[in-house]
Amino acid sequence: MIEQSLVLATLSEALKTGGEFAEVFVEDRQSSTAVLDDGKVEELVSGRTRGAGVRVVVGDTTGFAHTSNLTAEGLTRAARAAAASARGSSGITKVVGLTEVQATPPQQVKVLPETVAKVMKVELLKTADNAARATGAAVTQVSACYADGRRRILVANSDGLLASDDQVRTRFAVSCVALGDTGMQTGYESVGRPIGFELFDEYEVDALARTAANRALTKLAAQPAPSGSMPVVIGPGGGGVLFHEACGHGLEADLVAKQASVFRNRVGEQVAHPEVTLIDDGTMAREWGAYAIDDEGRPAQRNVLIENGVLTDYMWDLLRARKEGRESSGNGRRQNYQHLPMVRMTNTYLSNGTENPADIIAATDRGVYVAHLGGGQVNTATGDFVFGMNEAYLIENGQITAPIREGNLIGNGPEVLAGIEALGNDFAMGSPGTCGKDGQGVPVGDGTPTLRVASMTIGGTAA
Amino acid sequence: MNPEELLEIAQRIVNWGRDGEQVEAIVGHRQETEVRVYKGEIESLSVAESQGVGIRVITNNRQGFAHAGTLDQKVLAETLAEARDNVVFGSPDKFFGLAEPDGVAPPKLNLYNEALLQVSTEAKIDMALELERAVLAGDPRIVGIESADYGDALSADAIATTTGIRSTGKDTSCYLTAYSLASEGDEIQTGFGFSVSREPGTLDIATAASDAVERATRMLGATQPATERVTVVLDPFVSAQFLGIIGGTLSGEAVLKGRSLFANRLDEQVAATSVTLVDDPTNPDAFTASDADGEGLATRRNQLIGGGQLEKFLHNSYTGRRSGSTSTGSAVRGYASTPGVGCQALSLVPGERLPSELIAEIDNGVLIQGVSGLHSGVNPVSGDFSTGAEGLRIRNGELAEPVREITIASTLQRMLLDVTAVGSDLTWLPMNSAGVTIVVAEVTMSGA
Repeated sequence: MIEQSLVLATLSEALKTGGEFAEVFVEDRQSSTAVLDDGKVEELVSGRTRGAGVRVVVGDTTGFAHTSNLTAEGLTRAARAAAASARGSSGITKVVGLTEVQATPPQQVKVLPETVAKVMKVELLKTADNAARATGAAVTQVSACYADGRRRILVANSDGLLASDDQVRTRFAVSCVALGDTGMQTGYESVGRPIGFELFDEYEVDALARTAANRALTKLAAQPAPSGSMPVVIGPGGGGVLFHEACGHGLEADLVAKQASVFRNRVGEQVAHPEVTLIDDGTMAREWGAYAIDDEGRPAQRNVLIENGVLTDYMWDLLRARKEGRESSGNGRRQNYQHLPMVRMTNTYLSNGTENPADIIAATDRGVYVAHLGGGQVNTATGDFVFGMNEAYLIENGQITAPIREGNLIGNGPEVLAGIEALGNDFAMGSPGTCGKDGQGVPVGDGTPTLRVASMTIGGTAA
Repeated sequence: MNPEELLEIAQRIVNWGRDGEQVEAIVGHRQETEVRVYKGEIESLSVAESQGVGIRVITNNRQGFAHAGTLDQKVLAETLAEARDNVVFGSPDKFFGLAEPDGVAPPKLNLYNEALLQVSTEAKIDMALELERAVLAGDPRIVGIESADYGDALSADAIATTTGIRSTGKDTSCYLTAYSLASEGDEIQTGFGFSVSREPGTLDIATAASDAVERATRMLGATQPATERVTVVLDPFVSAQFLGIIGGTLSGEAVLKGRSLFANRLDEQVAATSVTLVDDPTNPDAFTASDADGEGLATRRNQLIGGGQLEKFLHNSYTGRRSGSTSTGSAVRGYASTPGVGCQALSLVPGERLPSELIAEIDNGVLIQGVSGLHSGVNPVSGDFSTGAEGLRIRNGELAEPVREITIASTLQRMLLDVTAVGSDLTWLPMNSAGVTIVVAEVTMSGA
């Protein structure tokens, strides 16, 4: 992407004021998006962004600057700006050589999206629109979105690290509106993988569209969600976001270090049922949060966070790890070159249990079955978190019965972990997600088997 | 870069347009400083400069768009070529078309304060450090901060079109924000406080700090209450988020595409009579005020709901044309997207009474000071509203014990009709809506 000599010169410039550590992150991304709405392909959008971020660390202080000018002049300016913010006396003034980190990409990309004729992307949209509308006469509106992105990154730092990655992601989403006697309802479904256009050899967009349409249609008959606390059964794949919010964020070392996590000082403790094993795995092939290297040049890893119910470790980026004298866990990520990296999740999942999922439902007298979760949010300091129900039903006398309308569930991370009382043997990964933290969004994946939490608070309006 | 230079770049792109082609170029430039301090030291200091261009081409009723994060001359030409190439894949729509000058004069707001440029980086760092100290000193139960930040931005943009639009804008903004941690025993609670302005000299460190302290400490000892139906009081920060969602349902785009629960309801009583909702980006008090909208048309004051009656939807040029009316100057966008339709500076017309007076009349209620999961629990199409919340009980007209791990739920339609009072405490916030205390009856609070 840029000459190695230029990288070395930029690092040297960045260290001139006595920095202890310097890093250059170069990024080149191109994207294409096509949106169909209201029966029309509204437009095709192409985007191109290129730039570099330079950071300099002295003690606990980080200086950062970025530029879209990748010439020697632009990079020197950014390096000086970053260095001006972090002055020290380390005596490192020159980075002599860089050693390239070899990391295997979790998967191979077969068909680069940029080589695919635009008309084929547009055709997918029309197929989805037709399929969604054909699902039921009550489907009154459809929007479909195709998006691909290619992100090439290069990271070099004053420890002599040099690493690069070529990350491709392709995604397709359909959202429908259905109109009935009780007003409008919506349904949504998406698929995405860190691969190219071959995604559509595996997934039929018309099936995806029908799933979205059926979610909206089902909800036309939905009754208001109950209010108050009761058992919650979460379906396979749909529940990963629960753990992302309930404990994933609280296991990010930057928040732990600031006392802003309910899981601080709890490594080694039994925090959940002995059958609960929670893993964050950036090497998980073909999953939305996978990559070869993180945005600090560290190869992705499989990190066990909770093993047999015992909290084993937090997730780490380079700076937090340096401070503790340990290695990064490959979780240092950033939205793009305009941001500093921080500790982020990749693909976070709860591994399989042993029970038959049908038995878990049958053993639930009265509760809620959530087939598909929406997004969520957590306050890591208190552990209180919410997540939305995109598709949910009542459980009455051990049977899944009436669909219920949308709403949030609220719970407390440590309490919910301790309250997991049944884990199914039907593990599945969920839909592609975007995790937001401190204003930065990054792609993440999640997954779970069917599971039951003894009690959570359902945010509905019915008694 | 100043707006005139950006306009020159935009105009240059537009001049490359061919016969039969409509071309619009939006060019933006932004300079930012962000300081985060922790335990008396700078944790990070970022200085940044970014720019970008978005180009829209319309030919034979089809539209294409491309954007790039640089103003490099060669890239500008490539981006135009890419937008042009994208045109043929869009569906034809006779309502496509760029904005045309409509004779409305821009309000000529003064949103750019030179004073920001005179403030040194050291002074900015000092403000963040002072904020951290003030939060930590605010109460013995404050045990730390999650973050204390100072940030500022200087942005400029320009829009030019083949239809004769030539618009520029520039503004300055700065903020201070703190997230505090309060503790008693094993328990930790969090709170935030902030101050926003157009130049650092008028930032209010003391208020930002005391808000962060009070919001965290008053939640200590919070418990989960039982489920019941109550009157809720939304504090300004919460009501602003609620209004933002309501504003989204009043966009002409949502109406035309069958996604607005208020479609076909013009002139109907959709809210309590105390509700008068206005979107007014010409109000210089709004932090999102601007002279021109995302298509370069002058901004204007639009009253959406008057005395509870639905009066108007917002439009950009496309939705205006398609609905047989005109743009309301409500195109919203950045350089990386085509214009959408949305609110720019939404607010309720405030009432006469202070929040304390409104609370004094409530026998059994909850003051909601924070909500979470608005993106996952509120569906602006169906109107279902359910959000995580925390706050203080109101008993016999007085603020009482803190409550947490609750949700509040209703529907957007019901909540507007159930507003029983609007406070006098209109507060402009760093978002596209202002906050004001509002009282809503008959909301379900879910708890234990």
